[in-house]
Amino acid sequence: MSSVTMLYAVLLYVAFAVLLIGVVRKIVIYARTPQPLKIPTTPAPVTKAGVAWRIAKEVTVFESLFKSSKWTWIFGWMFHLSLLLAFFRHLRYALSPESFIWPIINLELVQALGKYAGFAMVVGLLGLIGRRIFVDRVRYITSPSDHLMLLLIIGIATTGLLMTFVERIDVIMLKSFLLSLVYFDWNNIQAMPTDTILMIHLGLVITLMFIFPISKLLHAPGVFFSPTRNQVDNPREHRHIQGWTADDSATSKPV
Amino acid sequence: MADFDVPVLKEYPVIPVIQPGSMAHLSPFKSKPDHNTGIGFPGELVDDWHDKAIAKIGDMVKNSRALQVFLDICVKCGACTDKCHYYLGTSDPKNMPVARQDLLRKVYRRHYTFAGKFFGALGIPGFVGAADLTKEVLDDWYTYFHQCSQCRRCSVFCPYGIDTAEISMAAREIMDTIGIGSKYNNEIIVKAHKIGNNLGLPEPALVNTMEGLEEDVKDETGIDVKFPVDVKGADVLLITPSADFFAEPHIDGLIGYAKVFHQAGISWTLSSYASEAANFSMFIGSGDNLKKQAMRIRDAAIDLGVKRIVAGECGHAWRVAYNFWNTLIGPFDFLDPNYPIPQHICELTHDLIARGALKIDKEANDHRIITFHDSCNVSRASRMGNIPGGQFSIPRDIIKSVANNFHDMAPETIHENTFCCGGGGGLLTDDLVELRVKGAMPRMEALKHVIDDHGVNYLTAICAICKSQFSKVLPYYDFPMDMIGSLHQLVSTAIQLGEKD
Ligand code: SF4
Ligand code: SF4
Repeated sequence: MSSVTMLYAVLLYVAFAVLLIGVVRKIVIYARTPQPLKIPTTPAPVTKAGVAWRIAKEVTVFESLFKSSKWTWIFGWMFHLSLLLAFFRHLRYALSPESFIWPIINLELVQALGKYAGFAMVVGLLGLIGRRIFVDRVRYITSPSDHLMLLLIIGIATTGLLMTFVERIDVIMLKSFLLSLVYFDWNNIQAMPTDTILMIHLGLVITLMFIFPISKLLHAPGVFFSPTRNQVDNPREHRHIQGWTADDSATSKPV
Repeated sequence: MADFDVPVLKEYPVIPVIQPGSMAHLSPFKSKPDHNTGIGFPGELVDDWHDKAIAKIGDMVKNSRALQVFLDICVKCGACTDKCHYYLGTSDPKNMPVARQDLLRKVYRRHYTFAGKFFGALGIPGFVGAADLTKEVLDDWYTYFHQCSQCRRCSVFCPYGIDTAEISMAAREIMDTIGIGSKYNNEIIVKAHKIGNNLGLPEPALVNTMEGLEEDVKDETGIDVKFPVDVKGADVLLITPSADFFAEPHIDGLIGYAKVFHQAGISWTLSSYASEAANFSMFIGSGDNLKKQAMRIRDAAIDLGVKRIVAGECGHAWRVAYNFWNTLIGPFDFLDPNYPIPQHICELTHDLIARGALKIDKEANDHRIITFHDSCNVSRASRMGNIPGGQFSIPRDIIKSVANNFHDMAPETIHENTFCCGGGGGLLTDDLVELRVKGAMPRMEALKHVIDDHGVNYLTAICAICKSQFSKVLPYYDFPMDMIGSLHQLVSTAIQLGEKD
């Protein structure tokens, strides 16, 4: 095994472990932290099904963002949708040939859209960066890390596009490398193609996986736990008690 | 009139360019030691305030999912930046909701996230939006967490529902914990604990005032409308903001409730022990005090043996009543389950009107051209009736059934998009007049349009704070101070007491 293959194999495993453990840990924290009082932003649904619908709209069409800022919505939505399509297209690197998802992934539509999604992604991300640079209010609240995260993903998208449209790499070889990792086939890890562009692409992805659980990227799991969005508006009908409102001995009583 | 520039009302809303520090000079008076100790906090800034504040943050995120999630997941998208009336009215970027949150978030990030600790150790916490807690940061907290009326407008527009109100409540709780409180709020809470209402109005004075009202109404209508206090066995306990007892224009609302009860034949009473609907403990984010204040109401209801509790016109009080009472002072197994517990006075009146139980003469309000200001806490933090949005339709239905001339303000300024009056969240104090006037600008702008287009001369509110605030700020914008009035004042005008009796 070449040292490059070795290095990336180890890094991918570690990064994936960090991502998985980090995100699961946060989800557990969010799920376990009590919400002592009812604070849905009203008008709010009065049933659980209504709440599911409210959140579904937030995570699919970004309903609240649409209300507040059309430009941010267009760029943000473009980026996230492209991300989803690119994700589908990348599944082929991680699934065995028998997987039942193949018929979906092989759909011409998914392949075609996924292929060009990278462009939409870059446009969306550039739009978001543009807002950070040119809108004084957004510039004021932006930290260097906010820019770097966008640049990181732009880097991932552009290297991906380059590999698809300019400098094609040996996809078959890459696939057998990744599948040997996915299936823990450690005695038989396949060599990774050593194109520079691929190494950059994967390096950036690995960085992203490390950053995810310690950054604002936690908005992805976090949005499902936001009490202003996920609480049912029924305080008169159902007595809500949790945390210090259930157990008066708690030390801290935040509203 | 003012030693600051009153904003100019524009034809169309304009998002201002940021002016860093433009409101840094304004913060409310700090509380005296006994106001702090009176509600369970240290009298003055403790020596180890830095460590204590940081420990408190950690403690609080463990006990509030809202705080934990909100501090973690803001992506700094900026969608909320132009949604706060205080930003729109002052141009101070720290009044942009996300920037206000960041004042606390940066300290949380520095001490409770890997990224903040790592880059903090490298000496560049700002790289990841983290910062150490310094005296300057603490001063910023005091200033800008008292320039937030906890109106939740930002939370409507945030893609994750991040509610700056929660953050500012938490920040005030942290500050109280290390001995820094605002005089206005803490003094009032001490009074409410001691005497039972924000005004510090004792039982004899309350009884006296109500007798005076009975005489006034008798003089005016010839009818014996009662304003009962501490009547055991009454059906309804009315919990209303104490401002209703003698502030203008609130008092005309109280007269309206009394006339409604009178004509519907509902026996009701006030309680001298629980003579306050307002609960300022919410503004300072203190669960202990919130519960303690609310508990008086449960005790009074049991003591008087009432069957129902009805809440008067007040925004944050309705939030506390609607959303928190059941949690804090429930279960209400001693009340009549056939009525909503608690019930808003508007729900009650609406119901009576729908059932034809009130005799109304709409023409009596014909001299008024009316608009309605949705109060923040009613609109975005509670509900009326059985369906979402009842808090918008029910008050408007009432107005339209007691008056002929009604015009809504622009849709982007009403319902859940409503702009705060500028005085909510514990900021209704003279030391913050500049902020209150500037923060009222978006509401005043919308009001100006209906005045110009329809000749509106009556601004209806269902919140004691809104009413006081508008009385104060309307003149700064050259509107008549007395154009603000209670919803139940309209009811009071239209209701025909004699005819049915
Ligand atoms: S809208 Fe929400 S996520 Fe966006 S900057 Fe404001 S608080 Fe943060
Ligand atoms: S809660 Fe209201 S006052 Fe506070 S930041 Fe949000 S919009 Fe501004």
